[in-house]
Amino acid sequence: MWIPLWPASSAISGNVINALFTAELVVCVLILALVFGLIWVFCIRYRHSTTVDRGHPSQRSWVFEIGWTSATLVAFLVLFVWGANAYVWLYEPPRADLELYVVGKQWMWEIEHPGGQREINALHVPNGKIVRLVMASQDVIHSFFIPAFRMKHDVVPGQLETMWFQPTQTGTYRLECTEFCGTEHAHMTGEVIVMTPAAYAEWLSNQGADKTLAAQGEQLFRNYGCSGCHGVNSTVHAPSLVGLYGSLVHLNDGTTVRADERYIRDSILLPRSQVVAGFAPVMPSFSGQISEADTLKILAYIQSLNPSGNAP
Amino acid sequence: MTSFADTAALPKNYLNERWSVRSWLLTTDHKRIALLYFASITMFFFIGGFAATLIRLHLVVPSGGLLQPDTYNRMFTMHGVVMVWFFLIPSIPATLGNFLVPLMIGARDLAFPRINLASWYVFNVSGAMVLLALFMGGIDSGWTFYTPLSTTYTNGYVTLALLAVFINGFSTLMTALNFVVTVHKMRAPGMSWFRLPLFIWALYATSIVMLLATPVLAMTVLLVALERMAGVGIFDPALGGDPLLFQHMFWFYSHPAVYIMILPAMGVISEVIPCFARKPVFGYAGMTYALMAIAVIGFLVWGHHMFTAGISVFSAVVFSLMSFLVAVPSAIKVFNWTATLHKGRISFQAPMLYALGFIGLFTVGGLTGLIVATAALDIHLQDTYFVIAHFHYVMVGGAVSAFFAGLHYWWPKITGRLYHEIWAQIAAGLMFLGFNLTFFPQFILGYLGMPRRYYTYAPEWQVWNVLSSAGASILAVAYLMPLFYLSWSLFRAERAAPNPWRATGLEWQTTSPPAEDNFSRTPTVTEGPYEYNSSTGGCVAQNGALYE
Repeated sequence: MWIPLWPASSAISGNVINALFTAELVVCVLILALVFGLIWVFCIRYRHSTTVDRGHPSQRSWVFEIGWTSATLVAFLVLFVWGANAYVWLYEPPRADLELYVVGKQWMWEIEHPGGQREINALHVPNGKIVRLVMASQDVIHSFFIPAFRMKHDVVPGQLETMWFQPTQTGTYRLECTEFCGTEHAHMTGEVIVMTPAAYAEWLSNQGADKTLAAQGEQLFRNYGCSGCHGVNSTVHAPSLVGLYGSLVHLNDGTTVRADERYIRDSILLPRSQVVAGFAPVMPSFSGQISEADTLKILAYIQSLNPSGNAP
Repeated sequence: MTSFADTAALPKNYLNERWSVRSWLLTTDHKRIALLYFASITMFFFIGGFAATLIRLHLVVPSGGLLQPDTYNRMFTMHGVVMVWFFLIPSIPATLGNFLVPLMIGARDLAFPRINLASWYVFNVSGAMVLLALFMGGIDSGWTFYTPLSTTYTNGYVTLALLAVFINGFSTLMTALNFVVTVHKMRAPGMSWFRLPLFIWALYATSIVMLLATPVLAMTVLLVALERMAGVGIFDPALGGDPLLFQHMFWFYSHPAVYIMILPAMGVISEVIPCFARKPVFGYAGMTYALMAIAVIGFLVWGHHMFTAGISVFSAVVFSLMSFLVAVPSAIKVFNWTATLHKGRISFQAPMLYALGFIGLFTVGGLTGLIVATAALDIHLQDTYFVIAHFHYVMVGGAVSAFFAGLHYWWPKITGRLYHEIWAQIAAGLMFLGFNLTFFPQFILGYLGMPRRYYTYAPEWQVWNVLSSAGASILAVAYLMPLFYLSWSLFRAERAAPNPWRATGLEWQTTSPPAEDNFSRTPTVTEGPYEYNSSTGGCVAQNGALYE
């Protein structure tokens, strides 16, 4: 029987983590070998029944202490810098080729593709492309984990989270929830299917989606009455949303924010917390009236109003 | 009881001075309170251990054959709550600490004996509440009580458990306050700060952490209870709260709580190693600075539990740096213990075997701590079995091994009887083997991506889970053994001399077991705590016998 000890990495992030993990493992084994080796040697050589020389124990203990304190400090700092660098790289998404929307709820993952294709507990992605996930939770904290990519991010209710990956190998991989979320936490699992770009395109076209996510969002944009104020022909004094996504927004408290997914979501649910400069805080909150899935669709529509914008 | 007569023939001591139940339940003697605490935490250790046994049995097959999902969730929650608050945190401080702090510094009791007794009662009230929650149906939020799961999505007795943890905190605070005041004000003449045994330094550092961290837990728990019962929005986003605020507040306590568990363990090891190596501890001053450094830096690392939770990249990097820094003083301690062995005259009685086991397991736990402190690696490892293995190596391999090291080392002093050496050595060996077999496979499971708190798992992970469960059965036997041979020794074993290990330290200068007032005259201290001589194997007698 083959015992899996070292799981295959199927994404760029996996290679980064594997290299770093191997390096730290080597450092750990070296330190362990040193400490355990010394303990064994001392325990055998200086066991009570032997008659070796025990005189003149070193009086200058501080020389050793300063020595090994600085040695460990330097070694640890090297590992820290490597790890911190990798962390920043792994969690700061580059410009994405494809953006997908994920909603976690007890106990399933719901995934929406930009073309309106929807899947549950499965995630189809094209190989070699940079995929960015915009994630929301409908209830408690979940965590989206793909072990083969060595990549995870918690999905915290009340805010949008993002993560990204770039698969390097086609295949089917495990998808798991890693934040305890209630009775069936262990069944909040699924599959990530990495396909060739051609196969992915074919898969998309076979899903029978009639409307893109942005088009569904546009419909909701009218249904929820957003267009009454933010629409092109509106007479109400409200900020236009054309070209908003990814741009810098000046707020009436003098600060500036980038209009990323989080900002847009917060503006829908908590419109009075970040008011655009020059506008009155008159928008009502949609908190509790709109599901996370609908919020993501409206977000997709607002994003589509600025095709060139890709918030970092 | 055959031993009744010959115990009564002994000189008066704290055990045979009074016999009534009342004299135990209303005692203000720190030694008796230590034994009361010992009875309580032993019970909780086996309750928590029973939950762990069910978990490991359940996970032998991938589909999870034994428990319903909800029952499984309640078992790991109960295991965590009981082991953290009702065993590990009080384990060494409330038993060995209560017994030894006055004896080691040459005092007759702790500064506030009645508060000490009250602490035991408060502890038991909270313990009864958590047992009530268990028997009424359990707690289903995980021991970390993450919101909004714990506030709005669970139907177990979470509020009751939270109040139990809240009340439990007061017993911790009373013990800590007692230790701090006692160490400051009641040291014998000549017992200067740098002549204190490292066990006292360790408990002093622990008490400071307890005093500063526990109130934050109390606030957090009260806020959760308030949200659950009154609907005030603090952590629940649906009410305008922030779930991450809970994690910040919870880990601001719960990470220092790890040091509450491990610092006393380090103190025990620092007593045992010099005694059985017949050498002064290497770098005494460095050891005290390392203890205090761990206590202080330990307050600045809580964010490493939240690397994947969506905290800012900048704060994650800072928390990662602090976590690497806190590992430096821990490494210093391991190096100093190892150096203490050099040119020693080493013998391998049970306390020393447990202590050497501690160094091995704690070092593995500490080094894998570096791996999870590396922010990037934690992205992969967070909430997998790798983390479980890591913290069990520190808390069970470390703190529990040290607890057993100390228990065997001071057993003759506490009970006046010698335990059975061969049985104790076998138990120590089994514990080390069983522990490694239980938890080492979990490192591999974690890297393979098995998440924690799963009642069912993928079939390809079965081989590691079976190994782990096999190890757990060895570990269970090893933990039951001391219960039997130590109990047996209470009635049948040979009587202990005042100083069977020929150890330094004031506690060994009085009778075994000590008299109710510890010393018949106040000792005067003229030298450091570890005046062993490895060339002769002896030690410099401090003051001759301090109790005639």
